[in-house]
Amino acid sequence: MSAAHTPRPRIAVVGAAAAGLAAAEGLRRLGWDGEITLVGDEPHPPYDRPPLSKHVLSGSWEPERTALRDAGQLTELGLDLRLGTRAVAYDPERRALTLGDAGRTVLRCAGVIVATGVLPRTLPGGDGVEGVHVLRTLDDALALRRRLATPGRRLAVVGGGVLGAEAAAVARALGHQVTLVGTEDTVMGRVLGPEVGRLLADVHRAQGVTLRSGQAVTGIRAEAGRATGVVLANGTVVEADDVLLAIGSVPAVDWLRGPGAEAVGLDLSDGLRCDEFCAAAPGLYGAGDVARWYHPGLGRELRIEHRMNASEQGLAAARNLLAELDPERFGERRPFTPVPYFWSDQYDLKLQAHGVLAGADRTEVRVLGKDPLRLAALYGTAGRATGILTIGLPPRRTRSLRALIATPAPWPEAITGLTETVEA
Amino acid sequence: MQITIDEAKCCGAGQCVLVAPEVFDQRDEDGIVVLLDATPDAGQHAAVREAATICPAAAIQVRE
Ligand SMILES: Cc1cc2nc3c(=O)[nH]c(=O)nc-3n(C[C@H](O)[C@H](O)[C@H](O)COP(=O)(O)OP(=O)(O)OC[C@H]3O[C@@H](n4cnc5c(N)ncnc54)[C@H](O)[C@@H]3O)c2cc1C
Ligand code: SF4
Repeated sequence: MSAAHTPRPRIAVVGAAAAGLAAAEGLRRLGWDGEITLVGDEPHPPYDRPPLSKHVLSGSWEPERTALRDAGQLTELGLDLRLGTRAVAYDPERRALTLGDAGRTVLRCAGVIVATGVLPRTLPGGDGVEGVHVLRTLDDALALRRRLATPGRRLAVVGGGVLGAEAAAVARALGHQVTLVGTEDTVMGRVLGPEVGRLLADVHRAQGVTLRSGQAVTGIRAEAGRATGVVLANGTVVEADDVLLAIGSVPAVDWLRGPGAEAVGLDLSDGLRCDEFCAAAPGLYGAGDVARWYHPGLGRELRIEHRMNASEQGLAAARNLLAELDPERFGERRPFTPVPYFWSDQYDLKLQAHGVLAGADRTEVRVLGKDPLRLAALYGTAGRATGILTIGLPPRRTRSLRALIATPAPWPEAITGLTETVEA
Repeated sequence: MQITIDEAKCCGAGQCVLVAPEVFDQRDEDGIVVLLDATPDAGQHAAVREAATICPAAAIQVRE
């Protein structure tokens, strides 16, 4: 390393959103007094995404409210902040980061944290067609919001996951005609299981959303460069003025590919593969939606696209990178073993989930009320409870359910705990 | 240390309560954060900073 040539050693954080900001802030708070370069390709200072499909889309928040820190707080961190700048290459052996600015600046780094998130999937035939939307960035949200400012629009939402469900709820509350097109008969059923998924589908139907389940979307119909609907696998067309594609995302790792990555054996097959310390290679760490890492507590790899994980993993990656660079000063590296968490707001419902729910081989759902929907559910794998979901439960009870899965309890014991909690 | 919270931003995640239970609580009705101590003593500072960094709604502001 050529630290002797640079006045201050540098850590670069690539991706200036939730995970990248938590990493940069963590580095400073833990005592890194070298340079921190935070590189983000969006023009905006770090902002928050969850409000985009909620308060921003509905119009109740102006975009400024999504800022994760105010200007003063950012200044205090003493960052070398490079917004509107893409990282285009990284050579892990030389620890050299290339930026896509006019001068193709190459930064020699002591360490790098990758927090580049994910990019929304699109459908063939949708590129450049007016009225076809994705919802990932502030600009995406404002574009869709402008369209929804005209009353009485027909919106087709493709994808019955959390993003599609939230956007459908907001558009419906604004009075638009909304059709939710998914390949399942449920809303969020892939993560929450068929039973809860059907209950949520009922909620959306009762709110006036049309559900077109069981049909894959094969394409977008357009006339004169304007979307007019989506085409389903059985040939029928759902007519729409606007189409929102909420069909999942792909990790933003392409910029890391190259001979340097191959030389150190980076695995980029589903995000940046990291070990239990969030390390992908010496001096290279990953955090947030882009990072797939080994969770030793669960004994498996996870890649989590949730807001809480972005902050927690950003902080963990910062801590472990510092520990690698200077163990005497920053201590030992620690495995990253969080209890994952996410929430979702749909109409007046707040969903809260702790642990791992997707891929459960058993669920136990206790419906506590139907109007409004209130429930508590347990998710388990291989005889142990690994996740909980609550809708409309007081926080104290949600926390006591969380305790059942923080260290996964045997299934029968967890069921008893669930019963005690909902009947308390 | 001076803590302020933005209730309207809070999403009721409760992570702050897990990290610093002596400083934060949540309302029973809707899970919105309740600040128990706006000027906690030094023993709490590290936990409060961590809570502010990981709060998924950026609802906790810390001035030192
Ligand atoms: C509309 C919406 C609603 C959501 N709602 C919820 C919710 O209710 N609850 C929940 O738990 N989670 C929610 N999420 C998920 C949550 O927002 C994400 O998990 C979180 O934003 C991940 O943060 P991140 O920093 O890892 O990635 P991102 O937020 O994706 O940030 C990555 C950043 O890196 C930039 N970047 C990418 N490549 C490069 C490059 N080569 N050079 C420089 N910069 C680059 C990107 O432009 C982006 O700004 C929602 C997400 C969206 C989009
Ligand atoms: S961690 Fe943040 S969002 Fe969660 S309860 Fe505390 S203040 Fe609210």
